[in-house]
Amino acid sequence: MSAIVQIKDVRKAYDDGFEALKGVNLDIEEGEILALLGPNGAGKTTLISTICGIVNPTSGSITVGGHDVVEGYREARKLIGLVPQDINLQPLEFVMNNVNFSRGLFGKPRNDALTEEVLRDLSLWDKRNNRINELSGGMKRRVLIAKALIHEPRVLFLDEPTAGVDVELRKDMWAVVERLRKDGVTIILTTHYIEEAEAIADRIGVINKGEILLVEEKEALMQRLGRKEMRIELAEGVERVPGALSGYDLSLEGNGHTLVYSYDTRGERTGITSLLKDMQAAGLVLRDVQTSQSSLEEIFVSLVKENA
Amino acid sequence: MNWYGIIAIWRFEMARFFRSLVQSIVSPVLSTSLYFVVFGAAIGSRIDQIEGVSYGAFIVPGLIMLTVLQQSLQNASFGIYFPKFIGTIFEVLSAPLSAFEIVAGYVGAAALKGLMIGLIILATSFFFVDITIQHPVWMVAFLVLTCISFALLGFILGIWAKTFEQLNLVPLLVVTPLVFLGGSFYSISMLPPFWQTVSLFNPVLYLVSGFRWSFFGMSDVPVAASLAAITIFTLACFAVVWWIFRTGYRLKA
Repeated sequence: MSAIVQIKDVRKAYDDGFEALKGVNLDIEEGEILALLGPNGAGKTTLISTICGIVNPTSGSITVGGHDVVEGYREARKLIGLVPQDINLQPLEFVMNNVNFSRGLFGKPRNDALTEEVLRDLSLWDKRNNRINELSGGMKRRVLIAKALIHEPRVLFLDEPTAGVDVELRKDMWAVVERLRKDGVTIILTTHYIEEAEAIADRIGVINKGEILLVEEKEALMQRLGRKEMRIELAEGVERVPGALSGYDLSLEGNGHTLVYSYDTRGERTGITSLLKDMQAAGLVLRDVQTSQSSLEEIFVSLVKENA
Repeated sequence: MNWYGIIAIWRFEMARFFRSLVQSIVSPVLSTSLYFVVFGAAIGSRIDQIEGVSYGAFIVPGLIMLTVLQQSLQNASFGIYFPKFIGTIFEVLSAPLSAFEIVAGYVGAAALKGLMIGLIILATSFFFVDITIQHPVWMVAFLVLTCISFALLGFILGIWAKTFEQLNLVPLLVVTPLVFLGGSFYSISMLPPFWQTVSLFNPVLYLVSGFRWSFFGMSDVPVAASLAAITIFTLACFAVVWWIFRTGYRLKA
């Protein structure tokens, strides 16, 4: 795989002095799905806008498909599709006309078969002759996605695509994303719904205060940062953690009926065997044991907190 | 050249024009007819011919200019302001379109609308007065240049404006007075000498004068001065538009 989007030391300072991007470096591989996570105001949208040509970077360089987004903007932008965060649509336009308008802007002649395919995929075909102001919020978002796909981009930016969207549209959308992935389209997604990133992304990037904190394979990230918990239910409650077990990272919950053991999956030894042995020696009777892995959301929250 | 892109913008803008046909065509025709009735019939009957031309015919070029200036300006300013206002401008900015292509789309459409309205008003005036056009080619040339230059001005206005009020303020407070004081309804030779001199600083005078010359062969200022004035004005507008795209002024952060 080679990088289809290369971002080198990109900075963006606004006129009021606010630094939205502080030297971002990022390579996005062709065909991958990269989820960009970050709190509000982290610089996600600014970064995307800079790649797409809506915001001028203060310094640094960006290439898309090997074309510089400033010098070679024509070739670079032809490869890019953008679904913006806000629902920006001309209210009085007809759905199909407006989708075809987007294709024209990207320098391509009308292609009715493709228009039909895209509109059907997004369940918009029945609404093709409706005016945009007659559509519901979810339908409008579908129109935005159709407009971004109609010029057959190789790199698709989805900026918070599922904010305020119902379950059905989410399902439709992920089906479309899956098909695009199969066609080799690179997808960059920003989201607040971390479970979504967890479900579909290949790599996760975390951005905060204009800086990329990390970019990693999702699995590796979860393994590296993932802490596991073992919850041990006791047959008889205890008042405090027995002294014999003070060497373990234990806490007591549920009125003394549950012992929670945190351990690191990276470690050579998890300490589980010896803990259970020592518990038996301390005379504790186990009723049930369960383990759980920390979610991406917990990882994300702790990362952002660390760097606050 | 991204021709499909230019045509897409152009079709989009023309669709807006035809969607509001009453506002686009009926209203300028109606207001022009009213001018003919009030100025031509009521006042014109008390004014003798001006340099051999009846007053009713004399005001035709001025009336056309009045409407064409306003329409080209308004259409272009609204055409670019509205996408900025509702946020759809992102699509144009992120498309593989050069600044020239964006301007060709928006300004071209607005200028064409202005031209169409100008010709419709000209046709309407044939119902009210007898006119012969001495230099039809120059007439069209003046009309086209005016449409383009004022559409460019409108484009600049639309990008500059932050509110609808600002958008309406310039046509109302600047352009309309300039047109009325630019000899649309009179020859400046009818003014006292002081006001004649003041009028020479009004750019619209040169447009109206040149345009009237193409109809009747008479003018307030030499035709060459009119041509020079409109050329300089058009180039100045182009320069400002070029600067806007170079700096991203009120378009890009």
